[in-house]
Parts: sequence; C-alpha cells; structure tokens
Amino acid sequence: MENNSVLEMRGIYKTFPGVKALQNVDFTLKKGEIHALMGENGAGKSTLIKVLTGVEEFETGQIMIDGNDKPIINHSPQEAQNNGISTVYQEVNLCPNLSVAENLFIGREPKKGGLIDWKTMNKRASDLLSSLDINADVTKTIDNYSIAIQQMIAIARAVDMSAKVLILDEPTSSLDDSEVEKLFQLMTKLKNEGVGIIFVTHFLEQVYAVCDKITVLRNGQLVGEFTTAELPRVQLVAKMMGKDFDDLASIKGDNQKQFSENPEDITIKAVGLGKNGYIKPFDLVIHKGEVVGFTGLLGSGRSETVRLLYGAEKADTGELLVKGKKVVAKHPLTSMNAGMAYLPEDRKNEGIIADLSVRENLILALQAKRGIFHLLSRKQQEEYTDKYIKMLQVKTASRETTIKSLSGGNQQKVIIGRWLLTNPDFLILDEPTRGIDIGTKTEIQKLVLQLAEEGMAVVFISSEIEEMLRTCDRMVVMRDGAKVGELDGEDMNQSTIMSTIAGGH
Amino acid sequence: MKNKKQLNQTTFLLMITIVLFFVMYGIGCVLFNAQGFSRVQNFLNLFISNAGLIVIGIGMTVVMITGGIDISVGSFVAMGCMMLAYMMEKGGIGAVPAVLIVLVTGIVFGLVQGFLVAYMDIQPFIVTLAGMFFARGMTAIISKDMISITNETFMAWAKLRIYLPFGGYYNRKGVLIQPYIYPTVVIAILLLIAAFVMLKYTKFGRSIYAVGGNEQSALMLGLNVRKVKLKAYVLDGFLCGVGSILFCLNTLGGFVEQAKGFEMDAIASSVIGGTLLTGGVGNVIGTLFGVLIKATIEAFITFQGTLSSWWTRITIAALLCFFIVLQSVLSMMKTKKQ
Amino acid sequence: MNSEKMKKITSQRLFLPIFCLILVLLVNVVTTPNFFSISIRDGVLYGYIIDIINRASELVILAIGMTLVVSASAGTDISVGAIMAVSAAVCCNLLSGGERAVTEYASPLILGFLAAIVVGVLIGCFNGFLVAKLNIQPMVATLIMFTAGRGIAQLITDGQITYVRVDSYRLLGASFPGIPIPTPFIVAVIMVAFTALLLSKTALGMYIQSVGINKKASSFIGIKSIFIIFLTYAYCGFCSGLSGLIASSRIYSADANNIGLNMELDAILAVAIGGNSLAGGKFSIAGSVIGAYTIQALTTTLYAMHVSSDQVPVYKAIVVVIIVALQSPGFARWRKNLAKKKSINITQKEAA
Repeated sequence: MENNSVLEMRGIYKTFPGVKALQNVDFTLKKGEIHALMGENGAGKSTLIKVLTGVEEFETGQIMIDGNDKPIINHSPQEAQNNGISTVYQEVNLCPNLSVAENLFIGREPKKGGLIDWKTMNKRASDLLSSLDINADVTKTIDNYSIAIQQMIAIARAVDMSAKVLILDEPTSSLDDSEVEKLFQLMTKLKNEGVGIIFVTHFLEQVYAVCDKITVLRNGQLVGEFTTAELPRVQLVAKMMGKDFDDLASIKGDNQKQFSENPEDITIKAVGLGKNGYIKPFDLVIHKGEVVGFTGLLGSGRSETVRLLYGAEKADTGELLVKGKKVVAKHPLTSMNAGMAYLPEDRKNEGIIADLSVRENLILALQAKRGIFHLLSRKQQEEYTDKYIKMLQVKTASRETTIKSLSGGNQQKVIIGRWLLTNPDFLILDEPTRGIDIGTKTEIQKLVLQLAEEGMAVVFISSEIEEMLRTCDRMVVMRDGAKVGELDGEDMNQSTIMSTIAGGH
Repeated sequence: MKNKKQLNQTTFLLMITIVLFFVMYGIGCVLFNAQGFSRVQNFLNLFISNAGLIVIGIGMTVVMITGGIDISVGSFVAMGCMMLAYMMEKGGIGAVPAVLIVLVTGIVFGLVQGFLVAYMDIQPFIVTLAGMFFARGMTAIISKDMISITNETFMAWAKLRIYLPFGGYYNRKGVLIQPYIYPTVVIAILLLIAAFVMLKYTKFGRSIYAVGGNEQSALMLGLNVRKVKLKAYVLDGFLCGVGSILFCLNTLGGFVEQAKGFEMDAIASSVIGGTLLTGGVGNVIGTLFGVLIKATIEAFITFQGTLSSWWTRITIAALLCFFIVLQSVLSMMKTKKQ
Repeated sequence: MNSEKMKKITSQRLFLPIFCLILVLLVNVVTTPNFFSISIRDGVLYGYIIDIINRASELVILAIGMTLVVSASAGTDISVGAIMAVSAAVCCNLLSGGERAVTEYASPLILGFLAAIVVGVLIGCFNGFLVAKLNIQPMVATLIMFTAGRGIAQLITDGQITYVRVDSYRLLGASFPGIPIPTPFIVAVIMVAFTALLLSKTALGMYIQSVGINKKASSFIGIKSIFIIFLTYAYCGFCSGLSGLIASSRIYSADANNIGLNMELDAILAVAIGGNSLAGGKFSIAGSVIGAYTIQALTTTLYAMHVSSDQVPVYKAIVVVIIVALQSPGFARWRKNLAKKKSINITQKEAA
C-alpha cells in the first residue's frame, strides 16, 4: 500500500433490491489531493459516499484509512467522523437557530466550572475561522449567512475535528461565482495542509479549476481514475455518458422533419421566461408534433426549465404562449386546462400517490381536470384503466393493486398513462426512463415518437444522450441554470452536444 | 442590514411581548390607580398568584424548543393537587413525603410521555392529549369530591410571608404596610434562573435548541436526538410536579375541575414569550413575561369588576391566536425571501 | 376474482374495529345477560343496545368529520367538543331570545338550527384557514378554539345554563311521536349516508386521500390541495355543529361547560380504532363509524361497571396510547429489528 494515501477503497460491492449499485469499485485518495468523483444519475457516486461514511453497509470490499493495512468499517457517520472522515453536504447539516460558534463546537463545548464557557468558545471559533480566512461573526446565528459561508463553516468544523478525509458533496450547486472562488481558496488551503478532499460535483469547469484527479463511475462500475490535466473535457463527458469519444462522431441525426410555422401549429412559445435565482430568462418554441430534448449535466437547470414551463414554479419574468394564447399559471390546473401535462423527475415524491390503486392513480389527473362534481363513473374509470394497462403493457396484478407495490417501470407507465388520459397537446417528460428496466425504456421512447406522430408536442429529458438522439427532433442545451444552445439537424450528434455541454475551451 | 435581520428573527417577538407587558401594566396603573393597581404589592401579586404557572411555563418552553408540546399540564396540576390533598388529609401522609411523591409522579409521567414521543415516534400532541385525559380521569379516581388541605406543615408553608425591605406605604391608619411574597415565588424565580442557566450554559440546554432547530442536523452533528427529547419531557414532568405543588400552595385543595385550561395558559405564556411552535427558538425570560401578561389581563378583569371570568380565557386565546399567526406569517416571509 | 380480492382488502381494513366491537360486546354479554334484549316502552325502543346506538350518535357524526380531517392533513381537530358547546349556545340563546329559561320560542326553531350549523361551519373555516393557508400544525391551530370555544359559549349564554323547555325542541334528541327509533340515530344514519354519497358521487373522497398521501404530487395533477384541506375542516365544523344541536336537544339546554366535554378524545379514538392511520391518507368512514359505536359501547360498559363519567377518560387514554403505539414508526422499527434478529438466529443455527 502506498504510504501517502489517506483512503483506499478496494473492490466495493453494494446491491439494493433489484439494483447493483456498486460493483467492484476501487477508489484511492492521497494526502493533499483534491479528487473529483464524477458520474451521471445512478452512477453510484452517492452510494459510494454513503458506504464510506457508514450511512449504508457494503457487502464486500475493504476500506483502509491513513495508510493502515487494517480495514475499517464505519457503521454510522459518527464513527466515520471519529475515523477522520467528515462530510459536508449540499444541504448543510448545521442548526440554523444556533450561533456560528455553537455549530462549530456543539457536543464538545469548552467548559469552565461545569458550564459552557462562551467567551472561550467564541474566541476559539473566531480564531479557527480567521485561520481559514472565513469572514463571519461567530456570535450570530447560522441562518444569517449564505449557504456558501455555512458550507465553509461546516468545513471548518470538520477540519477542527481533525478530518483527514473531507467529502464535499455537491457543495457548489447553490453558490455564485465569487462564492465558489472563496470555497476553492479554502479547499486549496486545506489541500496544502495535507487534507485529502473528495469533491462531488456536476460542474466541469470547477473540476478543472481545482481537482488533481478524477474518478468516473457509470452504472455502479468504475470507468477509471484519471489525472485532470491529461483528460480533455469532451473525453470526460463521454466517459460519464458512456460512449467512447471515437465512436461518437459516426452517429448522425435522422432525416430532418419539417414543422409548420403557422401560429396555431406552435404549441409552446416562451419569451424571456425566467425566475430570479432559479433559471435565467430563456426563449423557446416547440411545434406541434415535435420532440424537444433538454440536455445538460445534472443541476444544469433542465428540470427547472420544464417546471417553469408547466407552472410548477412561478416565473417572474417573461411570458408563455400555449397555442398562441397567453397562459399565466396560478396553479398547475391552469396549465392542464391549457393542454399541458408534466411528468416530474422525482417519481416517488412528486409523481405517484403511493397508497392509492393503479386505477385511482391513472384517472386522477383527468378527474381533476373535469372538476370535483363530475366524477368519472366507476365503469368509465375501469375502462380507462384497462385500456391504458393494455396499451402501455403495465404489469400489475389488478387495477386495484396499490401503485407502490408495482416496479418502478410499471409505476412510470401508469403515471404516463395518467397524463395521456388527459389528452394533452404538450407533454413534458422529465427523466421518464430513469431507474427502470431496458425493455420499458425502449417502450417509452417508442411511445414518445408515436405521440409526436399524432401531433403532440413533447419535451423529453434523459441523462442518457443516446435515448434523446433517438427520439428528439431538436435539443436544447443547458449549462449552469441557463439555456446555452439549440441543436438540430446535422449539429445534433453526440460530439457537438457534449462539447456544447462542456462549454468553452 | 444583517443586524436588523438578527433582531427580526430571535428577539422581535420577545421585544413585542416585553413592550406589550409594560404598556398594559402602565394602562392598568392609570385606569385603576384609585384601586391601588400601581402598588408594589399588586405587582408582586402577579407573581404570587402565578408561581405555579411560571414553573410549568418553563417546562412547556423546554419541550416546545425541542419542537414538541405538552397539553397534559393542566390535568397534571389537578392530579398533583388532588394527590397532595388526598395523601395529607385522607392518607395520613406528612407534607414532606407527599410533596416528594408528587415530584416522583411528575418525573414518571414525563418519562412515559417522553418515551412515547422520542422512542415510539408518536406525535407529541396525541401523546400528551392522552396524558391530559389520563391525569384528569385519575384525579376523579382519587376522589370525586373536593378535598381541602388542613395539614399544618403545608399550611405553614403556604402562609409564610416573606416581607420585602422596600416599597412599603402607610395606610389610612398610619400603619406601615410592607410588601411581601410567598416562598412559592422564591422557588419559581430560582427555578427560572436555573432553567435560564441550564438552557444557555449546559450541553443539554444547547442540545435542546439544536434538536428543535433541525433534528437531522443535530443527529449529523453527533447528538443523541432521542435521548435529548426524552430528557426534555422528563424535565417537563418534574417541573409539572413542582408547579402543581406551588399551585396547590395557593389553592390549598384538590378537586376534579381544578386548573381547567391551564395548559392553554402555559402554552400561551410560552408562545407570547417568543417560543416558536416549530421549535428551536425560545427563552424562559420571555415565558415569564408571557405569564405576567396573562396575569395582568386577569388583574384588569378583577379590578374592572363587571367583566366575567371567561373573558380571561377568550383574551388569552385571542392573544395566542395573534402570536401564532404572527409567527406563521414571519416564517412564511422568511422562506419567501430565500 | 376482482371483487373477491376487494372483499379481502375491506375485510382486512375493518378487522380491527369489528374485532374491538365484538370484544366489548362479548364482555357485556357475560356481565349483563339481558344485554341484547330489546323491548318497547312508551312507544320507544328500549334496551342496552338501543341505548348505545342512541348515545353514540353525536360521536358517529363527529367521527365522520374527524376522519376527513385526519386523512387530509395528518392532524386532528381537537376543537370539536368546544364547537359543540358554541353551536348549542348559539341555538339556545337565539331560541330563548336571550332569556335563561323559556317555555316558548323567541325565534323560529329552524333559525336556531341554521344559526348553530352556520357557526359550526364558520369555526371550522377558521381552523381550516389556519391549517391550510397559514400552514400551522393542525393541533396547535385547533387548540385556540379548544379553549376559547367554551369561553365564547359562556359569553353567549352569560355563563349560565340556558333552558329551552319546549317539547318540539326535544324531538331531535329524543324521538318523534309514533316513531320508535331515537331521532339521534336517524340523524346519524342520514349523516353517514350523506357523507358516503358525497364521497362516492363526487371526486372529493379521492381528492382527500390523494392530498393526504402526497400533497405535492396532488397539486401537480391539478388538485387544489390547500382548498381540499380547508374543506375538511369546514366539514368537520359542520359535523360538530350538528352534534352540538343533538347534545343540546337531549338536555333541552345549552350547558357551556359540559356539552361535548371530552368528545375530542372519543372522536380521535374512533378514527384510530376504525383502522385509520393518524398519519393521514387512506381512510374508511365505515371503520370510524364502527369505532364510534365501539367507544360508546366501551363507555356504557364502564358505566355499568360503576366507573363514573369523569373517571372514564383514564381508560380511554390508555386505549388510545396502545392503539397509537401499535401504529407508530417506533413499534414498526422494533418489530423489524426483532424479525431481523430472529432470521440471524435461524441462519446461525442452520450454520451450526
């Protein structure tokens, strides 16, 4: 074992029911190294972190720390912390109602005569912060400070508790550029002091700005460990998305469809639509019968954009025209009545009504559209349910089975069916293929094409670029909360898409 | 800018309360000056008649900071008073053991409620609602009839006046009337100070705030959240025991309907004093002022003479409603800003 | 085959309430041999069973409202008893024209009834506004009316019991001449039927469950979650107002201190015994109704065992804690751990 490594993970396996989350994954972190852990949704990054910090147990494999040959197993984040592994999450785990100093020292407060010595505590806290160049009044409560400062304070706590391995889990998602800059300064400082840092992020530019090494995971497997300086961006994107760069150039877009520019054939027209601090204003046109893909790395704003279109979030600038009519969504029902439908990304928390039956889940959206007093008759409900179970080939014991007992793919089919039943003109599908089996994925893509054929306008979002290439007529590329490009025709190929996602350079 | 925000969040509600109290008391002094509202003794009476409430308000504040609530306190007071009365009058038990038994009962009561809340994950409201009915029913099981206390030791405690060396005045006959308090007030004030120190200067005290601020974070920061909650309810139970003894020293008897709606007074005092219903924020000094405001309203109604007693209840409920809505609006504004 | 499966599910859902009811009834049969005998006295049905069915009426009506509130908001309305007192006070005071005891109406009976119901609904709306719109925890929000309610009732009746000694006022709480069935029971049946119709003929039932299970997802598919929650509280207020009227008619008076006393616990208990989770979501009105009768049977049994009315809450509190503890996440965790240990033991034994 190399002497200068602070953390070694060897041959880690972890399975969840039905999913191989980690398969034979290795990871090495050296002293004074900033190491990026990268991968798309479901790649296994967060599972790897959870296994490392004791949130989840792993099945086989070894974790060794600080150059010791004796493997350790962490059973809780607490134990991991005692072993010198600290984590700072995107949602900072500090108590908003306590002062900065308290958050730094809670559980290990300096005492005098059995009572907490606030003076010493505040002194030590401000010494600690100033040694790390963090500018904050330690006597104020944490909620006075921006997420950026909170994160740095969480890092300071970890450092003060003598962390050898510091895990930063998407710390920059909600920071602005100057805040990111400050965070990087802190990271570099810690690196020079010999702390090993695991940096989980989706922002390529940031990876290239601070990281020494990059480990890429895909589908629970290790793609490889790379030295940042030797790995071009486009290659990195390709490795994350699962195609070797050399193969990519050969795939070309399909024969191009033509869309009518008649006002009544423009299903969606957004002009300067945006929301402050959420998504930058953008323009967008979607035609009747067109499938538009939204691409970009996780956190680039693709989900946020469609939420704004649907009115799940209220826009504060710009306007939205649906089939030429202005729509101001006060409630999703307004959007539904305008002919929109939205399948959210988070199926479990925003999609299914877990304890209700397949039938109820299927007819609810149509029911809501009809209004409370126009209940669909039981017979109608059953007819619709049977029709969509058959059409979408939903595997369920009966229409009265609760939806939560179905597999992910079948749940997804049911709630897609829910929207098809409302007969929308514009269907938004945010990651409809995530976490479901290959067969169902293909079925869903075919369905999208078929719906477009019938004249529906569709937005299709997927982390898997190939899926989008197969189904979309046009691709909108997002980066850092803004629309950065639209690609169609010849331009719509993997290499162009990836270089647009990667941006610049 | 940042200073202002700080004021908004933690001290704004408390400031309103303190100002409200002094304004109300000032109005009372002007309106009822002739009846002696402005005398020192009248001010002390606010404490004398509410010593028990102050202590129970402290307990309520502690559990509310953890994000919980305890609506069993009123019934517990009735049960505590009834136990004291029954033990001393019917059971032939001395005052000291009787008091100790009530204290232990309080702790056990807190332990059970705390266990159900912390380790069984049942909503505090449901647990303490059941506790409320349990304690009230137990009171009736002990005795359906009112029992007055005549125990000499207990009476001696109740009647022991502690005269203050200041604030005296000469009455019409020219006799110096010294203002006085009872030991109950001393106990309440001492417990208040102890609770203040505990909340501010001990690890347990700060853990209570941490748990109420964000349970998940508290867990990640290495605190044993369940244990902290359990301890908070045990402390609350103990304070309920003390509070019911102090209450009994005022009323000198036990009956089934005693202290009806007392839980409302305790919750209202706490909320009016700036404790957030969502947990994480609260202060026993605020609770004291909450109690004083409630006491002043009662004094108003007594001095006014023609208003009926239920006005106290309605006014307290209205004040509570006002503060709850204020809290909710403030927190909504806060989330909107973010 | 489907209908068979349906039956299986319903029978499971209603297992707990029916089991409890049978248990209580069995105890009664053993202790009171003539428990099930029904006779007719003065043209009215008479007997233990009839007494339970009659006395449970207010609770049945309250349990309906409470079930909806619990389902939609995962919280309970603890002001139902106080609302009963207020609506009774409003009705009696209107009928007496402000006097404390009258022998004839000062205003039309129907006006009194209407006013009582309207007041109940208004208080329900107030609760609903606090919970749905201002996002205040249900029990804290209803705590306000829980205490203020009786104060308001006293204010209306001037702190005294207001008597309306008119025969027609007693009909609602007793029985109509020539009809042997007690009126409260008829009203309860009508309310259950009305609610069942409302829930099955409109989409309301489905909406309430949907909102209770997943508020966010429900909003995304076009259900106005806030309004639905508000509506359940208003309906619960309506139920409470109606119960208050029946309770008041029974004693032809408004007693601010005692009408609806301790009913909130009974109503919550009825919902819990009915097999409904206090964490919201799926509900069964039938379960709650059976739960309500179970509790009334329990109360009557306790009375028969010479437990006085102010001691009864002790036993109910214990039952509540047991049922809620069995439903709790803590208990589920404990059971899971136990199962895990068992399986480990078994594998170890097998290995050995």
